[in-house]
Amino acid sequence: MATAHSRAAARVMISPAVILLLGWMIVPLSMTVYFSFLSYNLLMPGMEEFIGFGNYEFFLSDPAFTEALVNTLLLVGGVLVITIVGGVGLALLLDQPMWGQGIVRVLVIAPFFVMPTVSALVWKNMFMNPVNGLFAHLAKALGLPPFDFLAHAPLASIILIVAWQWLPFATLILLTALQSLDKEQLEAAEMDGASALDRFRFIVLPHMSRAITVVILIQTIFLLSVFAEILVTTNGGPGYASTNITYLVYAQSLLQFDVGGGSAGGIVAVILANIVAIFLMRMIGKNLEA
Amino acid sequence: MARRATGTRKILVTLAAWSVGLAIFFPILWTILTSFKTEAEAIASPPSLIAFRWTLENYVEVNARSDYFLHFMNSVVISLGSTLLGLLIAIPAAWSMAFVPAKRTKDILMWMLSTKMLPPVGVLVPIYLIFRDFGLLDTRIGLIVVLTLINLPIIVWMLFTYFKEIPGEILEAARMDGASLWDEVVHVLTPMAVPGIASTLLLNIILAWNEAFWTLNLTAAKAAPLTAFIASYSSPEGLFYAKLSAASTLAIAPILILGWFSQKQLVRGLTFGAVK
Repeated sequence: MATAHSRAAARVMISPAVILLLGWMIVPLSMTVYFSFLSYNLLMPGMEEFIGFGNYEFFLSDPAFTEALVNTLLLVGGVLVITIVGGVGLALLLDQPMWGQGIVRVLVIAPFFVMPTVSALVWKNMFMNPVNGLFAHLAKALGLPPFDFLAHAPLASIILIVAWQWLPFATLILLTALQSLDKEQLEAAEMDGASALDRFRFIVLPHMSRAITVVILIQTIFLLSVFAEILVTTNGGPGYASTNITYLVYAQSLLQFDVGGGSAGGIVAVILANIVAIFLMRMIGKNLEA
Repeated sequence: MARRATGTRKILVTLAAWSVGLAIFFPILWTILTSFKTEAEAIASPPSLIAFRWTLENYVEVNARSDYFLHFMNSVVISLGSTLLGLLIAIPAAWSMAFVPAKRTKDILMWMLSTKMLPPVGVLVPIYLIFRDFGLLDTRIGLIVVLTLINLPIIVWMLFTYFKEIPGEILEAARMDGASLWDEVVHVLTPMAVPGIASTLLLNIILAWNEAFWTLNLTAAKAAPLTAFIASYSSPEGLFYAKLSAASTLAIAPILILGWFSQKQLVRGLTFGAVK
């Protein structure tokens, strides 16, 4: 059993990590809270004054906020639907016996390792560009007028790009879960005359439900913070058509230098993320016997 | 007896899986192919898949025109630096939580995880101002610190799940034989922990290499890693597809290769051990 000596040593070993993370969380976050109550613009130094909830009123009543909130929900929801449905389908497919399974797996996983700025620029220029993009060539070959994706469907285009990046993650995790399924159970069900659809609904899907929940929660955390893909493709536009909360806060603080307003937006983002985080923490906590 | 997959079924599954796999991989393949075209061929209509004059001129150009090597080294230094620093802090912490669990160990682990849930934009303004005031904007050391802190929870968690799998009886046996804490760590634990540490290292290099919020917001030119350098290709519209492709291929190749080695660890690391 652990002695008093080793307990003291353990506390010493754990403290650097705890202190650093505590500092990382508390110092900047309390500064953000503090700034959010100030009228504070970087272009007007020395003019800071306490204005209570003024920034929040301004930020939350700004039509751009409503639009960004809707865009954030559409972005997160759209990518989740595509990656979960696609991921379940792909996991089922990749779990079958086939030739070259290892290579197919590698091909499917690859997009996850592409840095966000590269995938966004490659899609923007080489696929979605209305003049030189591959989709434009394809449209021309079919006798259709080319479509300017990022101008006319900016949010949908970004959803497509982000879904392409996250589909491998969902597939990989769902495949891992599927592979731990007891195949004899499936065979027994088949012998008892259960159809393929029944086997999927009553055995496979319940088995994967936990992994699906984990994928949804973890992706949501990352998807709420999508930034680079928007920055290099549309800069949030046209208008606010592809601005999400993260991008709106960035624009408010670092492009318009409105530290107070940006900070209020940041706190709103933190609250939104926390709602998701609570569910995720419960899921993971249940699995942990420390 | 396992159900014998009929030949036709296997052929169909193989065909379907390969088609989907190639479709998903296609944008990467297309980027790699385009990087070997001339700028004129890169936008030719109709485009050709492989029947073009292969050239390396884009790779030469990208290196000659911009300081590509500097940005590449920035990526290497920042991702490796933040990962090693993170391991240095996380290994003792994960070790003590796995082998000397206290009442609050679970709470501490969950709390560390919760720091990862903090959206970066919630602390963007203060971090930016702190960096400005301390002269850390556009420095490698500044980014190393931030990336270490944002990835620290993942590093601690991954190591914890690996260390947890090392049987505690072995440590007790060593202790009975009179091994000191130091002996325990160096001679008993370390050899068993190396695979877990290596996987953690790999996954974190990948995460740090591809991180594109702080690297974009806290660097300008000097310390910009490849994520930020590639973003600079977003402004000029026009005949730069081949060069963009060459720069992109160089930026993703190392991590694509590392990534293929770490598929399994990816699942464990990114789900905080919830799916293994």
